[in-house]
Amino acid sequence: MNTTQVQTGAAAGGVGRSIWVRRLWPWLVAVVIAMLLPLLVTSNHGLTMISHMGVMIIFALSYNMLLGNTGLLSFGHAVYFGLGGYMAMHMLRYIEATGFGMPLELLPVVGALGGLLFGLIFGAVSTRRAGVVFAMISLGIGEMVTASSLMFTGFFGGEAGLFGNREAPVSLFGIDYGPGRNVYYLVAVWALIAAVIMFLLRQTPLGWMANAVRDNPERAQFVGYSPQMVRFFQFVLAATFAGLAGGLFIVVDEIITDETVGMIQSGLVLLSAYIGGIGFFLGPVVGAVLVVFLESELSSITDAWLLYFGLLFVAVVMFAPQGLFGVAYQQVMSWRAGEWVRSFHARLYATSAMLVFVLALIAVIEKAYHVLRHWNPQEPMPLFFVTIDATSMVPWLVSFAVMAGALAVFFLHARPLLRRALDSGEGA
Amino acid sequence: MLETITFSLLNGLLYGMLLFMLSSGLTLIFGMMGVLNFAHASFYMLGAYFAYTMGLYTGFWVALFLAPIAVGLIGAAVERFGLRQVHQYGHVPELLFTFGLAYVVEELVRLFWGNTPMNYRVPEALDFPLFSLFGTNYPAFRVFVLVVAVSMFVGLYLLLKRTRAGLIIQASLSRPDMVSALGHNVPQVFMWVFAFGTGLAALGGVVGGIQLVTEPGMAFMMGPIVFVVVVVGGLGSIQGALIASILIGVLQTFALSVDWSLANLGMVFGYAVPPESFFATIWYMDSTRIAPMLPYLLLVLMLIFRPRGLMGKRES
Repeated sequence: MNTTQVQTGAAAGGVGRSIWVRRLWPWLVAVVIAMLLPLLVTSNHGLTMISHMGVMIIFALSYNMLLGNTGLLSFGHAVYFGLGGYMAMHMLRYIEATGFGMPLELLPVVGALGGLLFGLIFGAVSTRRAGVVFAMISLGIGEMVTASSLMFTGFFGGEAGLFGNREAPVSLFGIDYGPGRNVYYLVAVWALIAAVIMFLLRQTPLGWMANAVRDNPERAQFVGYSPQMVRFFQFVLAATFAGLAGGLFIVVDEIITDETVGMIQSGLVLLSAYIGGIGFFLGPVVGAVLVVFLESELSSITDAWLLYFGLLFVAVVMFAPQGLFGVAYQQVMSWRAGEWVRSFHARLYATSAMLVFVLALIAVIEKAYHVLRHWNPQEPMPLFFVTIDATSMVPWLVSFAVMAGALAVFFLHARPLLRRALDSGEGA
Repeated sequence: MLETITFSLLNGLLYGMLLFMLSSGLTLIFGMMGVLNFAHASFYMLGAYFAYTMGLYTGFWVALFLAPIAVGLIGAAVERFGLRQVHQYGHVPELLFTFGLAYVVEELVRLFWGNTPMNYRVPEALDFPLFSLFGTNYPAFRVFVLVVAVSMFVGLYLLLKRTRAGLIIQASLSRPDMVSALGHNVPQVFMWVFAFGTGLAALGGVVGGIQLVTEPGMAFMMGPIVFVVVVVGGLGSIQGALIASILIGVLQTFALSVDWSLANLGMVFGYAVPPESFFATIWYMDSTRIAPMLPYLLLVLMLIFRPRGLMGKRES
């Protein structure tokens, strides 16, 4: 009897360990990737980009504390990012001027405290209601802060913004923060710390009550929690982490302008979180990486990058509201359920039809930009390994024909085929 | 002083009427479908650009009618093939869809018309001073804008209160489920209300593009202010939208034209904040710098203290 007890105990311990391994491996993978990335990316431009990714990851995760966990749609989250950044910048300038002994590693904490302060002020007035009313208040506060950057030029530094020198403060570990690589590691460590805290916060009673308030505020209230207080706490926490991201941002860029509190920045974090997927912890991480990458790289390749950006967002909202990470997750789940075996060809077929359509659409957009926006439309235009004359009719006819053909194939043949393949599985 | 007040009132009224033309359509859409259409100002922009381009071929008067119809049809297509698809996911994705749409429309406008402002001018028939006040001529086109806006308000009011279509729309504003149960095709009503609302915004654009400016940033400039009008005026209330528009228009114009600060008020009571004190920045802030902030302050205060707005019948 003793042995059975020991055996069950050991088995339970084994299960416990494997759960820990299963829970921990994504974090370990993230750490390894974050640490090895600078070996791959060595240019200054690239290092700045991956540092921005780290900043955006914190910012997008903090945004998802509102939208994903609490169901609060905010159009003014950049307020806390920007004001946190300004607070940290003022501290950096103070250190520069007086030799105050605060180390650079802790500068983002000043940003976080700034976010906390303004989160307390604005959160108190805006979290009384959820839904569209909250969204409108957040928009109003965002516009108010943007407008006040014209009023308080001493704090916001006017149109030129504020500069600082990140090499002025001392370092806790004696690290020289001149090179971009060292700054990247600082960002990566902070991003990891922030991500772990935000992940653990989801598992607290507050995190669960936030989900309850999102799904059914009346019942949450009936259980004895005040939905207003839950929203307020979540809001303040999200503002704090946004401020932390802002504090890191000024360490990377060494400059801050009033654009960081504005509507465009607020829109960008909303796009990042939503494109990645607000229903998953890792969704905003994927979205942040993708959005920063596109913003940094696509803008140097094509003039149409903002249009692609908008189209991508609209497409995600319309066809994949679970986000890109959600789509990938669904595919993995259906792979595990064995659905891929019988529907592999149908999936491949439908995906390639859609891909052909997207490529033809890109060809049309690029040609349109060439004809309408290039200083000399007659100039030969490189497009998908060929060089064409965008002013002649033939390339246009070809792209439109391919677009129409791909759509027809998808809707008339590929999609019914895919449905049948999936349905036959359910019947069997 | 009297001169400043008269002109501020006139210009504030004019700006307010422009705001009303934009917001009347949005308040219908918002009230009925619960969709805060972020792209509404984009349809206003499309109206201005369409009217400018059509006007080159047909003249202003034809474009005044054709541009809103064209934009309204685009609006119908957006509702039918975009919003209706997203509707099943709930209100937040609907809002996000229009948010993304605003980006796409702005980029398309930049693609087709370029980044520079259009040379969209007052039509010759209206390019004369109508009357003169305190020695300053008042342009006829401004009065024309007022006439268009007022006739739009009257027409809309009669349409909503005196016709059968208006009856159904009004019923859908307060009891959408009941209207559906009575056998009306609510999705189709939605589509036409959306088309109608965007058409109204485009009409605002046809005259607003001349009065203000026709450039790709115009939608993002007007968009948030239109929200303020709709929320302050109250959900789905045309009269509320009218009152809120004029209120905001006059308020902003006065703040811009009267150079005042708290210090002026203090002087009346013989009190002044020392210039080196912490509050001196706010104390000596002149009203021209506060002006851009005023509508949003009004919005936030209204949402906190009276979320249904001035004339709204129910909260969102």
